[in-house]
Amino acid sequence: MNPTLSVKNLRVEIPTRRGVLTAIDDLSFDIAPGEVLGVVGESGAGKSITGSAIIGLLDPPGRIASGEIRLGKERIDNLPPSAMRRIRGNRIGMIFQDPLTSLNPLYRIGEQLTETILTHERMSAKAAWEKAERLLIEVGIPAAGTRLSSYPHQFSGGMRQRVVIALALAADPELVIADEPTTALDVSVQAQIISLLKRLCKDRGTSVMLITHDMGVIAETADRVCVLYAGRLAEIGAVRDVVKHAQHPYSLGLMAAIPSLSGNPDEKLEQIPGSMPRLGAIPEGCAFNPRCTYAFERCRMERPAVYPAGASRASCFLHDLAGGQMPPTETLRRAEADGILLTAPAGEGGR
Amino acid sequence: MNNQAASMQAVPAEANAPLVEVRELHRVFDLSKRWLNRVLEGSGKVVLTAVDGVDMTIRRGETYALVGESGSGKSTIAKMVVGLLPPTSGTVHINGVDIWGERGARQRQMRRKIQMIFQDPFASLNPRWRVGSIVAEPIKAFGLIADAHDRQARVGELLSLVGLDPLDAGKFPHEFSGGQRQRIAIARALASEPEFIVCDEPTSALDVSVQAQVLNLLRDLQERLGLTYLFISHNLAVVRHMATRVGVLYLGRLVEEAPSRELFSEPKHPYTRMLLDAVPDIGMEGVEREPIAGEIPNPVNPPPGCHFNPRCPHVMEHCRTTVPPLCEVNQANVLCHLYEGGALARPYGI
Repeated sequence: MNPTLSVKNLRVEIPTRRGVLTAIDDLSFDIAPGEVLGVVGESGAGKSITGSAIIGLLDPPGRIASGEIRLGKERIDNLPPSAMRRIRGNRIGMIFQDPLTSLNPLYRIGEQLTETILTHERMSAKAAWEKAERLLIEVGIPAAGTRLSSYPHQFSGGMRQRVVIALALAADPELVIADEPTTALDVSVQAQIISLLKRLCKDRGTSVMLITHDMGVIAETADRVCVLYAGRLAEIGAVRDVVKHAQHPYSLGLMAAIPSLSGNPDEKLEQIPGSMPRLGAIPEGCAFNPRCTYAFERCRMERPAVYPAGASRASCFLHDLAGGQMPPTETLRRAEADGILLTAPAGEGGR
Repeated sequence: MNNQAASMQAVPAEANAPLVEVRELHRVFDLSKRWLNRVLEGSGKVVLTAVDGVDMTIRRGETYALVGESGSGKSTIAKMVVGLLPPTSGTVHINGVDIWGERGARQRQMRRKIQMIFQDPFASLNPRWRVGSIVAEPIKAFGLIADAHDRQARVGELLSLVGLDPLDAGKFPHEFSGGQRQRIAIARALASEPEFIVCDEPTSALDVSVQAQVLNLLRDLQERLGLTYLFISHNLAVVRHMATRVGVLYLGRLVEEAPSRELFSEPKHPYTRMLLDAVPDIGMEGVEREPIAGEIPNPVNPPPGCHFNPRCPHVMEHCRTTVPPLCEVNQANVLCHLYEGGALARPYGI
């Protein structure tokens, strides 16, 4: 089956006075039809830039330097702005973090919805209004008929985000990019919005790219997850595998660092020393090597490719034991004890 | 104002004496339009009750966490406890001293024992001051160390206590990452040798891997220096990790208060249950949960009776009219009609 979205070797550069920064470096992933792909990472990891690059809304001077983005069979990274405009909203829907800034405060909800519908579909104003009402009912807004003539400020935060979801789905897109859709909402409302988004996309077979820093949201929503670190792919795989059996030292550390409602509260949280490097100061070799407890010679010299690792794929030399330089046996033993599944036997006394 | 939540004096006598005692705390904000507009439009006064009769006792060495959604009054309470915002009524005693009653030297002496750590380390540090001056300010302000040399040594000591290099004192805040800045804020809070620190969402502006570092540091410091924390957060998983006692706020009222373990293993108030159910958690992957209905109502015009009644799955007739009494269940204090009279220890299946 053809993927809905396919990103290959994407590289996004931001030229500055002090030189060219590489915000996204050699990133590849696919999203299958109907699949929810979670994109996680800490701030500055390049999550949102990836989203902007796909919809062609990179802030200048940021630019796609190489690689390709395909939506269905069509290549969309080199389209002229006018063609891209037809794709945005029509074939790719977008949901942003703050529902207040994505709605125009001066227009009624109904006007904003019908405008979107009429831009992408040929129908009468009356039919569009009816479709808008159906959409509002679908996203669970009570008294949808009368609410169409309300202004955004008359809705609460959760209701506003529902309207934004209705807007994103108005033209039945193939892909929805949701950038931190629940970060501005309270916990109880967040749960409602997540399950709504999940249900709607499942019913319509829409693929979702869910960008968030909240691993809990990903664990509950996504089918697969892609962990970014310093603009590079750290690990990609099924949610269950990455959450329970992370294979990249960074994702492993990240999962252990998240306080959970099921862990032992008396135990200290695992912590990753240091913090993510700034874009201008990404270290040689593997970007994670200064913070990695398993780092060895090769990690400091060479950049890892993406290797099969357990059930997922990780960009870490621990999973490339066949080629190149071997890490010290002690490191391998430690990695194995921590749950990293090595591809080749870790020396004679590995287990 | 309601006279609910009578008073909660039934604090069991324990080895740890109470350090902070908050009684019947109220805070009302006046949101009315100007006088002339009110007359012309014929509209009345509009008031928002942000904190509505809160009682809390925080014992020495304890971490008391306040949780609640936005608009529940968490930060308003924090500001009144540290002395940044006067309460409309009610008292705050710290170490037996009424912080809103005392004046002069005694108040000053006591203020030194209270410090606060704020949410956003990018806003709470003056960008034009060197880290050394930032950390030294409380020492100077309270006249703790007169000699400049000794003061500098103390700053270095504080910086290494929070895991920074003493040489960092010469740098400016912009040279540090978010997590390191929060460490600087912690060092500054520790400079006046406080006993009680109010942490208002100390990690919500930080990334997960850095959040773990800061949380561990706070726990470490508590053990080493015997600090008492009031920890404010909307993140239940973080609270579970940090708190010894938890208070759950809903529209300015403390609806449930219990030792952390009990609150998380046996939540009593329907709102607490709902909150715990709503948290997306990495441990609960694959579990379909019933999303909760409704949103937190507008605090200007809260529902009568129990504020939670429109969203409550167990709502009864008198919930809509009468403010529930404070009920003691096991070690918890619950503000809910379901537990009235002590009859129901477990009103519905756990």
